[in-house]
Amino acid sequence: MKSKHLMAVVASAIVAGSLPNAAAAEDLTLCWAAWDPANALVELSKDFETKSGHSMSFEFVPWTSFADRMLNELNSAGQLCDLMIGDSQWIGGGAENGHYVKLNDFFDANGIDMGDFIPATVTGYAEWPKNTPNYYALPAFGDVVGWTYRKDWFERPEIREAFKAKYGRELGEPATLEELKDIAQFFQGRDIDGTTVYGAAIYTERGSEGITMGVTNALYNYGFQYENPDKPYDLDGFVNSKGAAEGLEFYKELYDTATPPGSSNWYMSENIDAYKSGQVALQMNFAFIWPGVEADPNVGGGKSGYFPNPGGPAGQFAQLGGQGISVVAYSEKQEAALEYIKWFAQPEIQARWWELGGYSALRAVVEDPGFADSQPYAQTFLDSMAIVKDFWAEPAYADLLLSMQERIHNYVVAGQGTAQEALDGLVEDWTEVFEDEGKL
Amino acid sequence: MKNIPIEKIAAATPETVAQRIRGLSDRSIAWIFVAPTIFLLLAINIFPLIWTIWLSFTNSRVNRPNRDVEWVGLRNYERILSDSDIWNTMQATAHFLIWTIVLQVLIGFFLAFLINKKFRGNDLWTTIIVFPMMLSPAVVGNFWTFLYQPQIGLFNYVIAFFTGVDPASFSMIGDVNLAPWAIVIADTWMWTPFVMLICLAGLRSIPNSIYEAAECDRASKWRQFWTITIPMVLPFLMLAVLFRGIENFKMFDLVVQLTGGGPGNTTTLTSIDLKREAFEKWRTGYSSAYAVILFVTVFGLASIYVKALNKVKER
Repeated sequence: MKSKHLMAVVASAIVAGSLPNAAAAEDLTLCWAAWDPANALVELSKDFETKSGHSMSFEFVPWTSFADRMLNELNSAGQLCDLMIGDSQWIGGGAENGHYVKLNDFFDANGIDMGDFIPATVTGYAEWPKNTPNYYALPAFGDVVGWTYRKDWFERPEIREAFKAKYGRELGEPATLEELKDIAQFFQGRDIDGTTVYGAAIYTERGSEGITMGVTNALYNYGFQYENPDKPYDLDGFVNSKGAAEGLEFYKELYDTATPPGSSNWYMSENIDAYKSGQVALQMNFAFIWPGVEADPNVGGGKSGYFPNPGGPAGQFAQLGGQGISVVAYSEKQEAALEYIKWFAQPEIQARWWELGGYSALRAVVEDPGFADSQPYAQTFLDSMAIVKDFWAEPAYADLLLSMQERIHNYVVAGQGTAQEALDGLVEDWTEVFEDEGKL
Repeated sequence: MKNIPIEKIAAATPETVAQRIRGLSDRSIAWIFVAPTIFLLLAINIFPLIWTIWLSFTNSRVNRPNRDVEWVGLRNYERILSDSDIWNTMQATAHFLIWTIVLQVLIGFFLAFLINKKFRGNDLWTTIIVFPMMLSPAVVGNFWTFLYQPQIGLFNYVIAFFTGVDPASFSMIGDVNLAPWAIVIADTWMWTPFVMLICLAGLRSIPNSIYEAAECDRASKWRQFWTITIPMVLPFLMLAVLFRGIENFKMFDLVVQLTGGGPGNTTTLTSIDLKREAFEKWRTGYSSAYAVILFVTVFGLASIYVKALNKVKER
């Protein structure tokens, strides 16, 4: 009898030992926004579950309430999330308030080199303070604002003729923001196949970050700068420069003359809906939507084209999106969470990530000779990632963002005051925030 | 069933318990019963109120746990009261409050007056009319967003049908002049049935004998309405105004879903603004002062109103 018991114990031990990390198996919760790439990550993570023995749960929150929900979670030292794919602007607060685990030692110990990732994503998603080798995240999802257009409409001879007759040039991907405005105005109210269509769906959303993520694509290219490059937090004359005011006027004109009626509070999902339903010829949106556009029966399969944000008088820049993945400092499963990051950083996993619709930030993936031709939008993604700029990532980013949302929306959508007054007001607001923060 | 003598029941009570209860005064027993309620009240209402008042004099930010919390005196109150944006928000709230109450009382009373008449299908119509207030405000906000869509919205097409204007030529929630009315219309649609129910209760509480006496005195219907119906329903109407006033001062979900406070700040009500300050900008001290000011305002106005209501009742 005793020997039978002994055999059973030994057999159990052998079975348990053969399971990968069975003794330390954890249920990890990863928090992110509810959007297409999140579904791809669920699919990708099955490989991690198989290899590690840990199980994965996911908490996905719609973008418009993502920051509210997740920043509440972090600020209250909540233990819901073990891994957080937080927005790029959270990195300062995540680092300074102790929400994120510093990853330098972990990266060194596991041979993860930030030099292997697209530099803009390392600066944008992982570093705090910026441009210092202090890492609080691994670049997880590269993203940038770009443009999608109805290539099938652009190719119609009667439309091309009408455009050429009006503007004296061929209808095609715009090289400048002014050209983009011409095209959007050209399509505004045009009858296509018996339906009235409109020019462009642009970001105008008021509540979270929408209009800021949109207007910066015009502001940067007209000369807006966040601060004096030689004197941090010196705002006057940079935020509200003459060029910046012209950029803001451009965005308002685009809104007033070339967008669908009722698009006063639109962000990512509204723009996607307007585009896919054939309401607009162009849409401004983050690159994450492109796999979905290609797969769409109405506008996919070669009917759509993609181009980076066109240049303006002061250069060509585009608003950075995307996020890094961090380990939450309040998690009791940090070891397992770090295992996930180690697994996620592997080149073959990053390649699979791109295949599933996730925008890898690993250079080995995007610099692969076959990458540019791997998808119709791949080259546009690469071109766009080369011209990115990002919003403030200060711990007080929420104050800075909401002030900008309010000032810009009030001018562009509500038509209150002038562009110069809006930007002067923004300088006042931001100065007050930095004074409160003790940085001025 | 056997009759058990009361003495036997008393004797069955364990001696120790009986002694303990007998040893307590009536006052002590009352305290034992009341204590849990008082404890909960202190924990859930009074303590947070005192804590909020204390925070309102500091520069606290709950998203900056590593920063020292400093006493700033009345600075938060000064900033709020001298901020023109906050006065604009107050104005938007007043517009919303006044117009929703006026419309809901007028339409609600009218509907109650109609429903109070006996006619076939009375119950069915009452149920249909009451339906909107059973919905979630978020749901109502969401579908009114669709109704107001310039290209596909039913509301725009109805207006176009009656006026001949192009339905895509105006946007109820995208126009600074129309948006304040858009939220008034949606809230009126949703909450008029509530006012109607209160008015209906008032109308049904009026004894028929009063109208019969008036008939005997040959009072006209018009005179009966002004001298019997209105005075007797007035306390109910005032109660409805109080409820809707307090509720709409706190209005958040419906408007956030519908307009998000925009365009510009035209529909940013105080509760929306307060939420932004507290949980988006994380200005905890500042937003606490804001909350205290709103609390004092609502409490003060409600107290004055309740006194007036009591006077009307006494008449």
